[in-house]
Amino acid sequence: MTVTNKTAPESRATTRPQTAPRPGLRDRLARWDVKISPYLYVAPFFIVFAIVGMFPLLYTAYVSLFSWKAGDDDPDFIGLDNFKELFADTQFWHALENTVSIFLLSSVPQLIIALLLAAVLTLRLRGATGWRVGILLPYAASLVALGIIFANLFGPRYGLVNGVLQTLGLSPVDWQANRFASHVAIAIMVNWRWTGYNALIVLAAMQAIPKELHEAALIDGAGTVRRFTHVTLPLLKPTLIFVTITSTIGGLQIFTEPKLFDAMPGSNNGGSTHQFQTVTLYLYQTAFENFDLGYASAIAWVLFLIIVVIALINYFLTGRLAGRRK
Amino acid sequence: MSGHPSLRARAARLGKPRKATYGVLIVFVLGSLFPFYWSFLVASRDNGMLTERIPPLLPGGNFFANAARVFDTVPFWRALANSVIVSGTVTLTTVLFSSLAGFAFAKLRFRGRNGLFVFIVVTLAVPTQLGIIPLFIAMSKLGWAGGLQSVIVPNLVTAFGVFWMRQYTVDALPYELIEAARMDGCSMIRIFWNVCLPAVRPAAAILAMFTFMTSWNDFLWPLVVLDAGNPTVQVALEKLQSGYYVDYSLVLAGTTLATIPILIVFLLLGRQIVAGIMQGAVKG
Repeated sequence: MTVTNKTAPESRATTRPQTAPRPGLRDRLARWDVKISPYLYVAPFFIVFAIVGMFPLLYTAYVSLFSWKAGDDDPDFIGLDNFKELFADTQFWHALENTVSIFLLSSVPQLIIALLLAAVLTLRLRGATGWRVGILLPYAASLVALGIIFANLFGPRYGLVNGVLQTLGLSPVDWQANRFASHVAIAIMVNWRWTGYNALIVLAAMQAIPKELHEAALIDGAGTVRRFTHVTLPLLKPTLIFVTITSTIGGLQIFTEPKLFDAMPGSNNGGSTHQFQTVTLYLYQTAFENFDLGYASAIAWVLFLIIVVIALINYFLTGRLAGRRK
Repeated sequence: MSGHPSLRARAARLGKPRKATYGVLIVFVLGSLFPFYWSFLVASRDNGMLTERIPPLLPGGNFFANAARVFDTVPFWRALANSVIVSGTVTLTTVLFSSLAGFAFAKLRFRGRNGLFVFIVVTLAVPTQLGIIPLFIAMSKLGWAGGLQSVIVPNLVTAFGVFWMRQYTVDALPYELIEAARMDGCSMIRIFWNVCLPAVRPAAAILAMFTFMTSWNDFLWPLVVLDAGNPTVQVALEKLQSGYYVDYSLVLAGTTLATIPILIVFLLLGRQIVAGIMQGAVKG
C-alpha cells in the first residue's frame, strides 16, 4: 500500500496576510482547531480498538493463566498449565488439522477462480454492471441461512447433491460423516460466498492498470497469457496480498459454516467424531458449552499466533509469486 | 502507437469478449442464484418434497403458511427490528468515524500521523473474534450482556473503514479546496462536513453497503452475548434450526425471510456500488 506523504501547504493558510497582525481570540481558536482536530478525528478508532482489540488480546493472555470457570469469582492461578494441556490435547490438534484442511480447500481454488473471473469481467461485456452484481450476490447471503441451506443440500439421505449423484449413476457420499467429504462440502460453501467478492476486489485493481501497458506489450508481441502473467499479475501484487491475507485470517477462524453443517443442530461438536470441528468451534464449545474460560483463552492465543505466522508466510509467498517486477 | 494496421486492429480488439465468455458467466450467475432459489423452493412447499428423488423445480403455495409459523416459533419481528437498529447504527457510526479519520490521515498534518496509520493497518491482522471471552466477561460486568449495545459498541468503527476512506480521500480531495475553505474562515469540522464529505461520497457509499451487510450477517458475537428472547435475525435463525428434528420448510422460510431485506438493499444499491468500485476506489 502507498503511504503517500504529500506536503500540505497548510503553513501558508495559517498566516493570513490580509488581516491585521493582531492575534485575537478568533485566531488562537483557529490555531487550536488546526492542532487538536486531527487527533479528535482519529481518536474514535483508537478508543474502540483499545476496548475491543487490545484489551481483549491482553486480557485473554491473562485469563489463559488461570483455571477459570464461567461465573467463578476466585479463579486459581495455574501458570502455563492450560498451554501444556493444550499441546497434549488430541482434539485440539485434530481441530487444527480440520481448520487448515478446510482453509486450503477453500482459499486456494477460491483465489484462483476469483482471479480468472476478474480477468473475464474486465473484458468489455454487454451489461457489465449486471454481471458484476450477479457475481457479488452470494456475498449478500447470510452465513447462517447459507449454512442451513447447504446442510440441507448436502444431506446424506435426502440431499439434492446426493440425488443428482445417484441420478448420474454415481454412489452417494455421506457428506457429514466422512471427514474429507465434510471438509469439501464446507469449503464449497465458503467458496460460493466469497469468490465473487474477491473477484470484484481484484477486478477493481485490474481496471486501474493503464491500457497503454497492455498495448505496449501487444506491440512487443505478447499474447493473452503472457500479458496476463507479465503485465497484469505483477501490477496486482498489492491487491493479491490484501486478498490473500484477509482470506487467511477469515479462513482460519471459520466458525459459522461448520457449526451449522452439523446433523445435530445446535451442537458444537463438529460432527460425531469431531470430523469437521474447527479451532474456533472448539474454542466456542470450550468457553460457552463447557464454560472453561481459562482453557478457551489458551486456545484463542495459540490460534492467534498461528494466524499471524500463516498470514506472514502468505505475505511472503504472494509477494514472490506475483512479484517479478515491482 | 505505431501505424501498423494489423497491430492497430488487434489493439482495438483488446478486451473484446468471445461468445463462450458469456456462457461461463451465465453458469456462474445461475450458480450464485441457486441456493437462494432452493431455499425459497423448500420454503414454499412442505417437507415431503425433500424425500423425493427428483424434487419439483417450481415453487409451491405454502410460503406464507410456513412464514407465519416462523413468527410463531421465534420472536422474528423483534429480531428484524433489532437487526435494523444494530446494522443501521453501526453503519452510520462506522462511515462517519472512518471518514473523519480518513480525512485526518489523508489531508491533515499532525505529529505521529504516519506511525498511527501504520498501527491501524497492522491491527487489520488482529482477529477481533478471538477477543470474545474477555469481551463477554467485560459485557457481563457492565451489565450489557443481552442488550443491543453489547453488539453495537464493539463495532462503532473499523480499521478497514479508516484504511479504505484514507486511500480514497488522498486522491479525491484536492488541497486547494481545503485551503480555499480555510481562507474563508471555515473551521476544521466545517471543512470536513461541507468540503470533504461530498468529495468522498462514492467511497462512503461502498463502505456503508459493506458495513451494513457484514453487520446484518454477523453471527458469532451476537450468538454469544444476546439471548433467545432478544435476538438478531441470525441468532433467531439458528434457534429455529436447533432441535432434534429439523423442520426444513420452517427453517428455510426463515432464511428466505432473513435474506429478502438484504437482497433488496443490495439490488437497489448494488448497481451504484459496483459502478463505484470500478472508479478505482481500491488502491492496493
